[in-house]
Amino acid sequence: MDVLQILVNGLLLGALYACIAVGFSLVWGVLNVINMLHGSFIILGGYLAFFAWRDLGLHPLVSLVGIAALLFAIGWSLQWGLINRIIARPVLTTLTLTFGLDMIVYNFMTLAFTATPRRVALDLGVLNISDVVVPVDRIVAMVLAFALTGLLFLVLRSSTLGRAIVAVRMDRDAAALMGIRVDRIYAITFGLGALMAGACGSLLAVVYPVTTMMADQFLGKAFVVCVIGGLGSVPGALAGGLALGLIESVSGHLVGPQHAMTIGFSLMILLLMTRPTGLLGTQGYE
Amino acid sequence: MRRGLTIFVAFTVLMALVPFVADNYVVRLCTFLCMYSALALSWNVIGGYAGYPSFSTAGFFGLGAYAGALVQNTGMSPVLSWLVATVVVAVFAASLGRAILRMKGHYFAIGSLAIVEVLRLVASSWASLTGGGDGLNVRILEGGPDFIGRVFLFAMMAMMVLAFVVTVVVDRTRLGFGLRCIKQNEDAADMVGIDVTSYKTAAFTLSAMFCGTVGAIYASWVAYIDPSDAFSTLLSLKVPVMTLLGGPGTVLGPVVGAWIFVILEEMIWAQFLELNRAILGLVIVLLIFTLPGGLLGLQMPSWNWRALIGLRDRVPEAR
Repeated sequence: MDVLQILVNGLLLGALYACIAVGFSLVWGVLNVINMLHGSFIILGGYLAFFAWRDLGLHPLVSLVGIAALLFAIGWSLQWGLINRIIARPVLTTLTLTFGLDMIVYNFMTLAFTATPRRVALDLGVLNISDVVVPVDRIVAMVLAFALTGLLFLVLRSSTLGRAIVAVRMDRDAAALMGIRVDRIYAITFGLGALMAGACGSLLAVVYPVTTMMADQFLGKAFVVCVIGGLGSVPGALAGGLALGLIESVSGHLVGPQHAMTIGFSLMILLLMTRPTGLLGTQGYE
Repeated sequence: MRRGLTIFVAFTVLMALVPFVADNYVVRLCTFLCMYSALALSWNVIGGYAGYPSFSTAGFFGLGAYAGALVQNTGMSPVLSWLVATVVVAVFAASLGRAILRMKGHYFAIGSLAIVEVLRLVASSWASLTGGGDGLNVRILEGGPDFIGRVFLFAMMAMMVLAFVVTVVVDRTRLGFGLRCIKQNEDAADMVGIDVTSYKTAAFTLSAMFCGTVGAIYASWVAYIDPSDAFSTLLSLKVPVMTLLGGPGTVLGPVVGAWIFVILEEMIWAQFLELNRAILGLVIVLLIFTLPGGLLGLQMPSWNWRALIGLRDRVPEAR
């Protein structure tokens, strides 16, 4: 296979990985919670996009907005109603709680949607530029993934809400003294994390068949991207996502696609041991 | 403590009598009770005493299962293969421990979860050795179902008792003291002269060893393992939850938690086949909100049964 083709594949994959991880990274960085629900949120977004497309005839680009809003509401309520109550407890407790919630969501998703792989097959054709073959739906997904990630970056960078979120991430107590309602920021941040997951899930459904079985896999990718790129920052997640996409694409070509994920995880453990703050991460947000 | 020991011994003796009075279903349930008790006790050493949120239980369990199964399939006796598996897992955990225990909090949690993922991926892709996704058949012992049921019940029970004894020893020696110091403040523990790295590595290896042996026994027991069963993330989460349920950092807590959880799970499975995962999740959520310190952390009104049956009043012991 052509080198250029491998790089393009890596880029297409990497954009989606960045989008998968950015919400997870935000929640981890701001709330200090490892959100085990993230994978299920992604799958939920994907399934909703599929059923909106098949049963209601909605184009995924249209349903994306509704799905994002719905996921935000779900995430916000979970954080406001449950997770906020134990937010100060050790990681074991918060992680176990989100895992327990994930078991519930996962079970109901399997019951409601069954585990059949579903894909929104748009059939947009294939783009062919000098031996590099790219399906158009993948390009659309990549552009949208970049757009969503960029939008989140802008919100965090230049809106009052975004500044408040960043302030809470930097120093919760100082932010509270400045008059920021920390519990509200937590709920909104968790909602934003779920929103990104849901939106990204509907993009994934355009590119790959999604099934509930893949929830763990996407969660794993989010771990790896966060560790590679560093926590709590959008550029970090973007760099980590693109890096993982390229690594998987290259290693998939060199040693076979079945080992691509093993290499990603091994790299992550290696990075955790040597540089736990990630490539672009800042010290101090443990 | 003394009361805890009495309860543990009484239940163990009762369980040892089970195969002579009850059918194979109860024997199987009791084997699971012993297995999860051993796993929860071993997790307690690193998770409860040292306070390191380890989610690599399934990694060591699966590694032990595969190591034991592969050795046993070369024709070695089961007990010997369990020992080999223990050594393999201990060496693996000890060499990994120094590196991974440098991480703290969330990073350690993610790192320990990743170990399970990596081992599972290796087991599924190294098909020439492990059989890949098709799984691995293990030679079945001879002697019929009744005999095999008893053999594995007693094997798992031995592991539970051993893990309990080790916990009591850890609890009362320098190691336990050092680990509690690390849990409260690692930097301060380092400052007052505790060799933090060695203590943590010792706890991590000790914890992993038991998981490895139990995994190897499990492989011989069920006679078939595959990557998703041996390295299941659910196992990695279930075992800490059991310990949390009973009371982390206590001697009897993990055992109580494991017994309650396994029986609860068995009842849920029997009642709600389709919703079992959701109900288990609900149990976990409720547990976190209602029992933060575990069952043994509850402030029970101290029962004065002697006074209750009118023997004599007892002055409460000073603690």
